[in-house]
Amino acid sequence: MSAWWDRSERMRSVLVVLAVMLAVWEVLCWALAIRPFILPAPSAVIKDFLSAPAYFMKHSGYTLLITFVGFIVAVIGGIACAVGIVYSKFLDRVLSAMLVSLNAVPKVALAPLFVIWLGTGTEPKIAISIMIAIFPIVIDTVLGLKSVDPEMINLAKSCRASSFKILLKIRFPNALPSIFAGMKVAISFALVGAIVGEFVAGSIGLGHIILLSQGNFDTPRVFVALMLLALLGTILFYMVDVAESLLLPWHVSQRSVHGDVPVVQGGL
Amino acid sequence: MADADKYIRIERLDKTYASPRGPVKALEGISLDIAQHEFVSVLGPSGCGKSTLLKCLAALEGITGGSISIGGVTVAGPPDNMGIVFQRDVLLDWRTILDNVLVTAEFRNLSRAQYEPRAMQLLKLFGLEEFARRFPWELSGGMRQRASICRALLVDPELLLMDEPFGALDAMTRDELNLELQRMWTENRKTVLFITHSITEAVYLSDRVVVMSRNPGRIAEIISVDLPRPRALSVRETPEFGRYTAHIRELFTVMGVLKDS
Repeated sequence: MSAWWDRSERMRSVLVVLAVMLAVWEVLCWALAIRPFILPAPSAVIKDFLSAPAYFMKHSGYTLLITFVGFIVAVIGGIACAVGIVYSKFLDRVLSAMLVSLNAVPKVALAPLFVIWLGTGTEPKIAISIMIAIFPIVIDTVLGLKSVDPEMINLAKSCRASSFKILLKIRFPNALPSIFAGMKVAISFALVGAIVGEFVAGSIGLGHIILLSQGNFDTPRVFVALMLLALLGTILFYMVDVAESLLLPWHVSQRSVHGDVPVVQGGL
Repeated sequence: MADADKYIRIERLDKTYASPRGPVKALEGISLDIAQHEFVSVLGPSGCGKSTLLKCLAALEGITGGSISIGGVTVAGPPDNMGIVFQRDVLLDWRTILDNVLVTAEFRNLSRAQYEPRAMQLLKLFGLEEFARRFPWELSGGMRQRASICRALLVDPELLLMDEPFGALDAMTRDELNLELQRMWTENRKTVLFITHSITEAVYLSDRVVVMSRNPGRIAEIISVDLPRPRALSVRETPEFGRYTAHIRELFTVMGVLKDS
């Protein structure tokens, strides 16, 4: 009960800060008579959203779908890569070299290539999303799989446990907190990937709305898309957060909400 | 000696580690026989290779010379009939105490359901039955180590290896666990190899104390402790007990481990 209260208190304070920010923004727009195509007031943004909610929902849904699929594939693929890296010297060399060199290239710059390879449909967007989101998963999962007390492994070996059993019963559960840390970064990255994909090609999604509205100098509409993206990103992040606290009640970070450290979200 | 007295045979065991600065000799010429149902402590200063000896016996470390056999069979992999307790309890944070105790059955591909009554019985023996459904972090250090002993005893192994199991505990908890371990051993007479750096603990618990010297690790002397069992904690204040500990302390002084002016 008190844990829930503390958690909701943090949520409440975030909402209060947001409300104050919006209010200041609104007042400044009126007071300084800023033209809407430079910076629309929040009320104008909301009005624009209400003028065509179904339209925005459709595009949000599309971006959400891309993000979600990209994220899920990145999680599964990233964990698989990490297991390969930890268990095979050969895969460690090959995959690590590939990942490091690929990671060195700003992945946004590769987006046009995916359009050439995969067309202008959903596939290139998912591919970009996966490519951006997979790195934090691989890096954090490798760290988690490797950070096992050697004495724990000795215990398992003394019982002649197979290496598959050691993976399943020790390494993987031990890595879960790291995997979730990676997933929290990855879910935001997957959204970045989806928007980048929509910027490069296609005619659907919030990224597309932003480009289209920018061309028409329809700044309020750009802001509607931005706010929906912020909302989407927040909801996705907290989905991972809630999944973590449900799945890892045993972990140090989950035992007391007072122990919560604000998570720094990365960006590209 | 009859064969029953040579349940464990360690003959001229050598263990050399490769290190970046060249080979390091951890153990040299260790020969030791341990009888079935015997409680043997290995006592020595840190770095004398006593933990290495235990790991060699458990086949967690390879040996570079000599031989080890258990029950007449040369040790090639971890022996089937063995339980280990480490200094750190290495309980798995995500499992309840009961599930932690049962993990050794799972590792061995044995049925959990079949071992659950035994796990509960062991937890009860160590006063942990109320904590079976709790998580490790909800327990004190002493309780956690009790749970890890239960885990080692789950499959009722013949041989129990204990690597400084009470080294990280406070003095009072350590006394309690010494008592409990002795009681457990009196009841089921496992063959125990107990690694420690506490002279008192070694003499109190053991039938024989193997005193080791370091650089490289060798056996300095093997001392039979002829104190009647069961031993109360107060046995430690008797003159007989004092003679054993004084003798061992003398050995360490000669080795230069203890500098007693």
